[in-house]
Amino acid sequence: MRYLPKSPADRQAMLKAIGASSIDELFAPIPGEYRLNRDLKVPRQMAESEIVDWFRERSRENGENHASFLGAGAYNHYRPVIIDSLISRGEFLTAYTPYQAEISQGTLQSIFEFQTMICELTGMEVANASMYDGSTAAAEAVMMAVRLTGRRSVAVARSVHPEFREVLATYAFHQGMPLTTVPFTGDGRLDPKSVEGAITGGTACLLIQSPNFFGSLEEVEALAEIAHRKGAMLVVSIAEAVSLGIVEPPRRADIIAMEAQSFGVPVGFGGPYCGVIATREQFVRQMPGRLVGQTVDRGGKRGFVLTLATREQHIRREKATSNICTNQALVALMVNIFMTIYGKVGLKELARHNLAKTAYAVQQFGKHASVLFPATPRFNEFVVQTSEDPYAINSRLLGHKIVGGLPLKKFYPELGNASLWCCTELTTRSMIDTAVGLVAESESSVNGSREESVEEVAR
Amino acid sequence: MSKHMTRKATRHVNQNEGLIFEKSSPGKAAWKLPPLDVPDVDTSKLLGSFERKTLGNMPEVSEIEIIRHFTRLSTWNYAIDLGMYPLGSCTMKYNPRVNEVVSRLDGIANGHPYQPEKISQGALRIIKTLSDCLLEITGMDAITLQPAAGAHGEFTGLLMVRAHHESKGTARKKVLIPDSAHGTNPATAAMVGYAVENLKSNSKGMVEIAALQSQMNEDVAALMLTNPNTLGIFEQEIHKVADILHAKGGLLYMDGANMNALVGKVRPGDFGVDVMHLNLHKTFSTPHGGGGPGSGPVAVRKILEPFLPTPVVISKADGTLGFNYDRPQSVGRVRSFYGNFGMFVRALAYTLANGPDGLRQTTEDAVLNANYIRKGLEGVFDLPYSSPSMHEVVFSDKIQAKNGVRTMDLAKRLIDYGFHPYTTAFPLIVPGAMMIEPTESESREELDLFVEAMKSIAQEVEEDAELVKTAPHTTRVARLDETAAARKPILRWKPASEQPQNT
Repeated sequence: MRYLPKSPADRQAMLKAIGASSIDELFAPIPGEYRLNRDLKVPRQMAESEIVDWFRERSRENGENHASFLGAGAYNHYRPVIIDSLISRGEFLTAYTPYQAEISQGTLQSIFEFQTMICELTGMEVANASMYDGSTAAAEAVMMAVRLTGRRSVAVARSVHPEFREVLATYAFHQGMPLTTVPFTGDGRLDPKSVEGAITGGTACLLIQSPNFFGSLEEVEALAEIAHRKGAMLVVSIAEAVSLGIVEPPRRADIIAMEAQSFGVPVGFGGPYCGVIATREQFVRQMPGRLVGQTVDRGGKRGFVLTLATREQHIRREKATSNICTNQALVALMVNIFMTIYGKVGLKELARHNLAKTAYAVQQFGKHASVLFPATPRFNEFVVQTSEDPYAINSRLLGHKIVGGLPLKKFYPELGNASLWCCTELTTRSMIDTAVGLVAESESSVNGSREESVEEVAR
Repeated sequence: MSKHMTRKATRHVNQNEGLIFEKSSPGKAAWKLPPLDVPDVDTSKLLGSFERKTLGNMPEVSEIEIIRHFTRLSTWNYAIDLGMYPLGSCTMKYNPRVNEVVSRLDGIANGHPYQPEKISQGALRIIKTLSDCLLEITGMDAITLQPAAGAHGEFTGLLMVRAHHESKGTARKKVLIPDSAHGTNPATAAMVGYAVENLKSNSKGMVEIAALQSQMNEDVAALMLTNPNTLGIFEQEIHKVADILHAKGGLLYMDGANMNALVGKVRPGDFGVDVMHLNLHKTFSTPHGGGGPGSGPVAVRKILEPFLPTPVVISKADGTLGFNYDRPQSVGRVRSFYGNFGMFVRALAYTLANGPDGLRQTTEDAVLNANYIRKGLEGVFDLPYSSPSMHEVVFSDKIQAKNGVRTMDLAKRLIDYGFHPYTTAFPLIVPGAMMIEPTESESREELDLFVEAMKSIAQEVEEDAELVKTAPHTTRVARLDETAAARKPILRWKPASEQPQNT
């Protein structure tokens, strides 16, 4: 086996040194009746070339070379090549959690920079080193609000990513945290009036997402005002991090739960991604997850350490703020490098390109089909309603190696034949024109056949 | 360094490097966007009051500065690629590079979780093949790959335990956890709404059967057991443990953190485990990456299958694979999409590279290495439990403590000898624990260097305890002031102009 650095002679010599006659002797503590005396039924040992071939085949079966209009929590942005050059360095890739600070300063300083940039972008005062993803970050942020307020119930906007809401429901159920869903209105976002009614004296927080699942920007300021007036917290989920380049962050939020995948992380069939929680300094001791802090060594030299560990499970056990241990460090490093590359000016320009592509697409689709919530400011997603079932249109679009928008029936049956489309800086004008062309054809043929059937009935 | 020179490491120059913000100046850039192929937009018109005016103190630097910045930082880290990383319970094994290559193939790295199933067959095949391998390795009946890490797997597993009991009428009240368990176990039980009851270990470092017998009753939902446990000892009476639980309707949860001692040699499903998680970033070689991403699949016996998180992968009548969301008894979803898919790719590549013979040899070498270290250091360090070791061995600092030197001091001194420290002060039942897990990835030569280093440190403790207590002496920074860091936390950089002034 090519990963094992021992010759048969080494093994014999080591057994001899131990005083064991055979390797089986070392497994004697396992009761004989349970020991496996056969080969595992897994595929035979493969050569590296065979492994590469096997996965190439899987890659070909998995939409290789397709362009896509899918977003909905997983965004296709360009990944500068130096991200992979740098994270492939063994010193980052094959290091453990930086508990031994003296030989982990590289990881620790990069996390400190990550925390700083997340704070700058979100307008919060502290950010942690990462959570599993945006969905679990949102659930943990809500539980944090429950601890901070001493209240147990939670109001959740229906315009939050449906899968984020499902995860929250799983987390909340066994904590005995009742959830209330707040509907969105005709402009594709929350109505402050219905929020007013949904928040009671027992509500720990209101969870919203902005840009929300439909791409619309929620009235964060007004919602914060209502929540705070009623003694509840405002938790804001941000699923599309690139929006922060040009959309004002929710500065009046109490906790922000982010998915940073857009910042240089491959779409990768859904993971690994990078959740983050950011909040105000006064709430830091109820924050889950690892934190890196600056300090000095004996000689007064600047250095970084994991800190405030008394919140965490390895110290506090069942009284910890969360059970999280391993997080998404290497993915956070990708995010960190991406934020460093684009920086103060690039992130804004990048976000502007996303806006421009989206504005063009909305205008083009709007000529032939109905774009929902047209007057609401949005970032890079929009909802198109067609006469025909969007699955049928998408299947024709697939013939052009283009994946169309996400049909919303599954999550929002009330929206009928609606689908959620996303444009990023990588979406080309010709992709948009092709998709719009197919939608236009679909609309005219459906309308045409409708006229025909009307004629038939009349006859 | 003292007269005890290390053969493993030599000091060498490495570069100083400030924070990236300290290198920033307006007008530098590491990015370039192509010209827009659509009309440009007036952002203030589109966004109105939502438009962001400033990005604060985000850096402005060039590409070469970014390369040097992170490369310099990287050289301040220890890593498996540099040498032995004997952290007990962490399984710091070699991370094969072909895993990284195949995970970056276009269809695998860029597939969208919501793309049609028709063009997702490759990803589904990867999930299915890995699932089948893991079921065979664990001897269990059904599996979910959705949990993002070990602790997340524990959470998912206990949710299923709870759902199982609820389906029988009552969720039950508590979970039994041995005093040697990892902190995630009690933290998880609390998150699932269970009270934690401690279970004492016996003098052999194993579950005390009589204690279990007396503590087990109809209020106990499950026992969370790590096997081999955190002392590296296989629970020899595991069958009795399972029987006692099952007799009162309780379930046996196995924390699979130490599965590297068992793969190909024994299967948890065969010794009575009802539900368990695996750590793909331990046993299955996916990189730790400085603290993640991990992946924590949960495997269960048939009785728990209805409660698996949604969706699950199924084979369809036409031979294709698909996701099934129609699972009325499911505990729900624990993460968006399908989990840390990129880690599935790597874990499967590892499994394919090994095959049945390689997996077994890997386990045998891991156990051989731990026992070789144990033999080499017995007598030099105190061995609190003499039961046979599997893949790791736990010593204590009892002998060295007489000279005022504790496990953390010994660990820090090990750094000067070119090694990463072992796990210190865990498990909690061993005062001054030194938990050593070499994994299969170490050659006999590396193990000999380690034993030599540890013996040399033990001698230094006798001759010059202060040298050890003030270690490390060769690192960029000396021991850092953790108390100050926690008392007045500085958790982010601020420009001088925004820092509070001392007046």
